Amino acid sequence: MYQIIRQILRTGIKTEAPPQPEDALRNEVQQISAQILHHVGRALAIRHVDAGSCNGCELEIHCLNNAYYNIERLGIHFVASPRHADMLLVTGPVSRHMEIALKRTYDATPDPKLVVALGDCGCDGGIFGESYASCGKIANVIPVDVIVPGCPPTPTAILQGILTAVSSCKTPQVLTSGLHNSKPSGSS
Amino acid sequence: MRLDDCTSLFPKLPGAMPVWHGIVNEKDLRELCEQILQSGGKLVALWGSDETGRDGHYALHVGLVSAPGMLVLTLPVDHEKPHFPDLSDIFPAADRMQRAVADMLGLYPSGSGNHRKWLRHAAWPGNVHPLRKSFDIATHFPIGEDNYPFVAVTGHGVHEIAVGPVHAGTIEPGHFRFSVVGERVLKLEERLGYKHKGIEKRFEDMTLQQGAKLAGRISGDTTVGYAWAYAQAVESITCTTPPPRALWLRALFLELERMLNHLGDLGYLGNDAALAFGFAQFWILKEDLLRMNGELFGHRYLMDIIIPGGVACNLDNAGLLRIAETLRHIEHETAILKGIYDEHAGMQDRFLTTGHVASDLAAKLGLTGLAGRASGQAWDARAQFPCVPYDQLDVYMVTHRNGDVAARVTMRFEEIAESIRLIRQILKQLPAGELLSPVGEAIEGNMGIGWVEGWRGEILVALHAGKDNRINRLHPHDPSWQNWPVLEHAIMGNIVPDFPLINKSFNLSYCGVDL
Ligand code: SF4
Repeated sequence: MYQIIRQILRTGIKTEAPPQPEDALRNEVQQISAQILHHVGRALAIRHVDAGSCNGCELEIHCLNNAYYNIERLGIHFVASPRHADMLLVTGPVSRHMEIALKRTYDATPDPKLVVALGDCGCDGGIFGESYASCGKIANVIPVDVIVPGCPPTPTAILQGILTAVSSCKTPQVLTSGLHNSKPSGSS
Repeated sequence: MRLDDCTSLFPKLPGAMPVWHGIVNEKDLRELCEQILQSGGKLVALWGSDETGRDGHYALHVGLVSAPGMLVLTLPVDHEKPHFPDLSDIFPAADRMQRAVADMLGLYPSGSGNHRKWLRHAAWPGNVHPLRKSFDIATHFPIGEDNYPFVAVTGHGVHEIAVGPVHAGTIEPGHFRFSVVGERVLKLEERLGYKHKGIEKRFEDMTLQQGAKLAGRISGDTTVGYAWAYAQAVESITCTTPPPRALWLRALFLELERMLNHLGDLGYLGNDAALAFGFAQFWILKEDLLRMNGELFGHRYLMDIIIPGGVACNLDNAGLLRIAETLRHIEHETAILKGIYDEHAGMQDRFLTTGHVASDLAAKLGLTGLAGRASGQAWDARAQFPCVPYDQLDVYMVTHRNGDVAARVTMRFEEIAESIRLIRQILKQLPAGELLSPVGEAIEGNMGIGWVEGWRGEILVALHAGKDNRINRLHPHDPSWQNWPVLEHAIMGNIVPDFPLINKSFNLSYCGVDL
């Protein structure tokens, strides 16, 4: 025990300041009212879904939990079930073998919900594209609020994407429909 | 045919690794496989290709390794009766690879008792084979029924726990079906293939240069291993020799990748044994290394910096010092943390005897790489078949015999220490000079093999050249093919809550096998 405490004290506090939200990352018209976001933004539960990535994006998601980014001190934590989640953080191109699982996970997440698509693959299908086995970008399968490009995006970029999704859009846009009722484009 | 004659009868492929390639008939294929097994060798990879456009048949290729090096055997397979002899009775690890060949190419093992599909779920019908040349990659089928026949375990008090494909943590998708009595696991059956996104088909018709980027994204945590193996394969078919400095830098990157993954795993293994302190500490060290990579080489995971012919970045004196300083810090901290892990009764209680794989079982099932070495399987291409610069580094192969989670933890500590030693040697001896050699022309129909000891185990990239320096067929092989089935054995008799710990101690790739 002495060794552990000594090591903790020697290590000190590593945590750095978080990035600011960035409107350029928004994919769709904001679909959650500012009021709800205000509450969600203080205690956000995220369910990560790997829909077919190369596992590179996951490596950077893991890093969000390290002491430098320390995502939990912002009130953001990863949960084990979509039923507990406010946000889905989705990587991949969506493989066709994960298409149904992703849709079901989305349906199992209670409204109001947010979706952040990660990585070049999540944003536009990336190097894997669309094929007999791949649906391409996440927005082809479920509605997406914010996209975070990069291969893989850095932990700071991912955190910025998450914070953007839970912050109010600075340039208010008109809601076209209800919460995520819009039909995703190009889905099969 | 005698195994001893192969190295004189079959041509040796050009390139960095000792690989011989021969065309055989069904009888010779089985006989040679049996001799390989008897001589203590093992199966590395098994894949197929569609050669009907060129010479009217399909082909099955088998990569085997024994003392002299790798033997790649090609068996022509009749296009009207597309069958090949089952090899899973000799090498149990062949089973899933054969089923993948059946799904993807429609070549079937005759005599095999297992005809279940493997990579195919419901995205295309069973009579369609995406790796046949007649199949267009853009073909779209409506999602059908999967109906995978799981093996049912019956008996008093047996019940099933079905987990996935979407798991509880930040991990890749796959399905695990546990048959349990109380807390104890009687049987685990894995169902993978969820991440299949058509990588092998995507490679076809890419240029040799374009393929490098995709190769680095087969399994992101092994991007250096794959990029090097891919580059080796290209350099083999084009008879290109990269400059010495590039080869030394590649080894530096490979060892950095090994350290990154081992540090991360040690953190998670602590976490899974309820010591969150371990996660916090090791992931600080991992982040330090990632930031160093980003600053020096422009990418935290070193993606796209190994390219055919050489490397795409350099290292100056300030960089050398930066690496030396980071290593000093990591070495110091890891030593302290090893002391804490070793002395922590709660952790050792979780680690010792958990997820045990005995040496003889490991040998029989072909357990490979880090997990294999933790169960007495002494294979490490860096030590046994060293290419430049490993031939000048005298790699120390870490092995253990206990085969439990504790052994796989110790392996990681000791391999980190060895990687630090190797990197220091590399920094000291790094030759000056060019970073890139011009890549030559590939002759259509030739095969090139890349073979690299990645952090998880051996990576093989088999490249069949097409016209105009394009890829006709590419098969990347991840060591997880061999190790996933062994995980099913490792969990037997353990309790369900130990599965995450055991799984993490193997840390296998899903996307690397789903392709
Ligand atoms: S964006 Fe890059 S790192 Fe992320 S899944 Fe795609 S290829 Fe991998």
